[in-house]
Amino acid sequence: MSTKVLVTGLGVISSIGKNVQDTLKSIRELKSGVGQIDLLITRHRGDLPVGEIKQTDEELKETAGVSSLKALTRPTVLGMLAAREAVEDAGLIGDTEGTGFISANTVGGMGHTEQYCLDYINKEKEGDFLEYLGTHNCGDSTERIADYLNIKDYVTTINTACSSSANAIMLGARLIKNGIVKRVVAGGTDSLTRFTLNGFNTLMILAKEQCRPFDENRMGLNLGEGAGFIVLEAEEAANERGARVYSELKGYANTCDAYHQTASSPEGYGAASAMKKAIEHAGLKVEDIDYVNLHGTATQMNDLSEGNAIQNVFGDKVPDVSSTKGFTGHTLGAAGGIEAVFSNLSISENILFPNLNFTDQMNELNFSPLKVIKENAEVINVLSNSFGFGGNNTALLFSKV
Amino acid sequence: MMDVYIKGLGNISPQNTADNSQFLDKIVEYDQNNLQVIHPVYKDHISPIKLRRMSRMIKMGIAASSICLDDAGITNPGAIITGTGFGCTGDTEKFLYAMVENDEQYLTPTAFMQSTHNTISGQIAIMLGCKSYNSTYVNRGSCFEAAFQDAMMLINEGEANDALIGGFDECTDKHYIITSRLGYWKDRDIKNTDLYTAGSSGSISGEGASFFAISKDGGSNSYAKIKAVNHFYKPDGFEEVERRIQSFLEANGHNPDSVDLVVNGLNGDEEGDLVYHHLMKGALKSSTHTCYKHLCGEYDVASAFGLWLACKILKTQTVPESVRVGNAPAGQINTVLVYNHFKSSYHGLFLLESC
Repeated sequence: MSTKVLVTGLGVISSIGKNVQDTLKSIRELKSGVGQIDLLITRHRGDLPVGEIKQTDEELKETAGVSSLKALTRPTVLGMLAAREAVEDAGLIGDTEGTGFISANTVGGMGHTEQYCLDYINKEKEGDFLEYLGTHNCGDSTERIADYLNIKDYVTTINTACSSSANAIMLGARLIKNGIVKRVVAGGTDSLTRFTLNGFNTLMILAKEQCRPFDENRMGLNLGEGAGFIVLEAEEAANERGARVYSELKGYANTCDAYHQTASSPEGYGAASAMKKAIEHAGLKVEDIDYVNLHGTATQMNDLSEGNAIQNVFGDKVPDVSSTKGFTGHTLGAAGGIEAVFSNLSISENILFPNLNFTDQMNELNFSPLKVIKENAEVINVLSNSFGFGGNNTALLFSKV
Repeated sequence: MMDVYIKGLGNISPQNTADNSQFLDKIVEYDQNNLQVIHPVYKDHISPIKLRRMSRMIKMGIAASSICLDDAGITNPGAIITGTGFGCTGDTEKFLYAMVENDEQYLTPTAFMQSTHNTISGQIAIMLGCKSYNSTYVNRGSCFEAAFQDAMMLINEGEANDALIGGFDECTDKHYIITSRLGYWKDRDIKNTDLYTAGSSGSISGEGASFFAISKDGGSNSYAKIKAVNHFYKPDGFEEVERRIQSFLEANGHNPDSVDLVVNGLNGDEEGDLVYHHLMKGALKSSTHTCYKHLCGEYDVASAFGLWLACKILKTQTVPESVRVGNAPAGQINTVLVYNHFKSSYHGLFLLESC
């Protein structure tokens, strides 16, 4: 149980970049990926801005070198690209013995299901759509990505809504500590679908403008798409092969709000207890935290709940905090993975991310998020928050080694 | 891993399993290939106000979890972890088809809110006021095993003293059509009791909600001691399956000869069943063998029904004739192995001992 879990590889794709370098460049140029819908076929085009990756499924497949493979959904290919980057970055391509793959997503192959569901249930109808018939399950993309990376030792998928991929990373660390595997590629992938866009729209929490996390005048969230994976490795395994280390995943916690199916409690009980438990689990004190990558969706409820939780945990000494949802939109099942990549970049690049579109501090709170990018920052301990429907709250704590 | 005990069961299935005082006393027979659950009287388990707002899958899940916690005498578990292939399928379809048929107009949020796979684990937490660890696994035929393994790890880590684990899936009409088109089910309707003699490809469809309460504290009312859970992905032939089972048993102080009884995931699919026959004739030939998918059908978390069967056998020390493959056991049943695979890709193992 005393094994340290190290982060030795990062991979990401989102509306602000097709890999880690691209992503960093966009962040340094303060370039948001949130804008008009160009690819998703929906009546909300021109109405609801999203963080869309401007490459078609075919283009993404070509980049991943999988154009000849059948029945690949968009989250599968996004996941292939990000997970492969993470494995390559860790120097582990072709060396997957004793490695697990834990992915996360919220709606599986819904992108094709919503396109073809009427054909699926019409027994008389035949056609090319039939290749997607078995892709709806959330495990489908996981299976294809695991096969793509030749990972067999432990394969699973988590869906706890918007905290899914943070839980995938937490499970990865626990599997290593329990001696079940020595390495894990963990994170998540989700693509934009009409199902989620309309679902969130019926909840009346989508903004018609660029989202403004933690702003007094925030108007809701922007959905996004992407994938983010990190390679977690037992310290001994990483040392043995002289791996480059981004950070140690020192603490983590999963708690439940047990308050409402889709709303978080205003006082942020679950969020606060997840952060406190993660800090405690790491053997650190609250004042050791240098930066919190907020869940910060820019909905009325999330930011109030999370803001109160931050105050509850940090009192009047709130560290630098920001939400990166203004860059990527809310990528749902991928968010925890993408933001784990951001948190690690914060440590390795000594950079603190700005909270885009922020102007006015929330009346209920005594702090504001970072308005500007901070370079050459001393970043030792970073908390990454992910909260989801069902009251699922997960906090991850990455520390400089 | 420390010893963990199974303290409570709640099983809503196509058989009369919701009543824990019974044990397959009378088998329900079906003459078509889509087995659906026998609903308990829900108002015995859920308040009428809450019941009105619940969809079919949510009712099944909440009631099964409630029966299970009552059985275990646990009011606030240290973790709630579920496994499901498709989540709340009916709610997902409701929102999906309304959206597609009405061109993304006139939609209401309820079905969307209830469509997420973690709806049931979240709802149970809300009903119990349980603020502990909460998670949901969604990886096809190994999601229940992954959920169970997570709970075992939590107890081993000292993060929880007890946990509620559930596997659930429902088969809607549309889901049945889709899985039929995928070739999952037999072409012609058969009697469920003829599942293993039909000699053709495909199985029969099932569904269910099976919950388990586990605790690190034993006691005379436990069903079984759960020694270990494991799952593996796409093994390289029968030899690897055999090797994995062998090392799983050895890692937990057992060997194939010390397994008294095996609960097999036989599902009537000629090709898929070959591996079970291979083991029954080979490595596991000295054990008593049982099977259960003629009772509950095949679905992503069918192995949860298999684990329920193992618990009932260990507690009652009886092996109903309806689940026997071959001879009745010769003596005391102390060690049970539950082995299941889903489409040959996802393989799950549970090892139990009597208390």
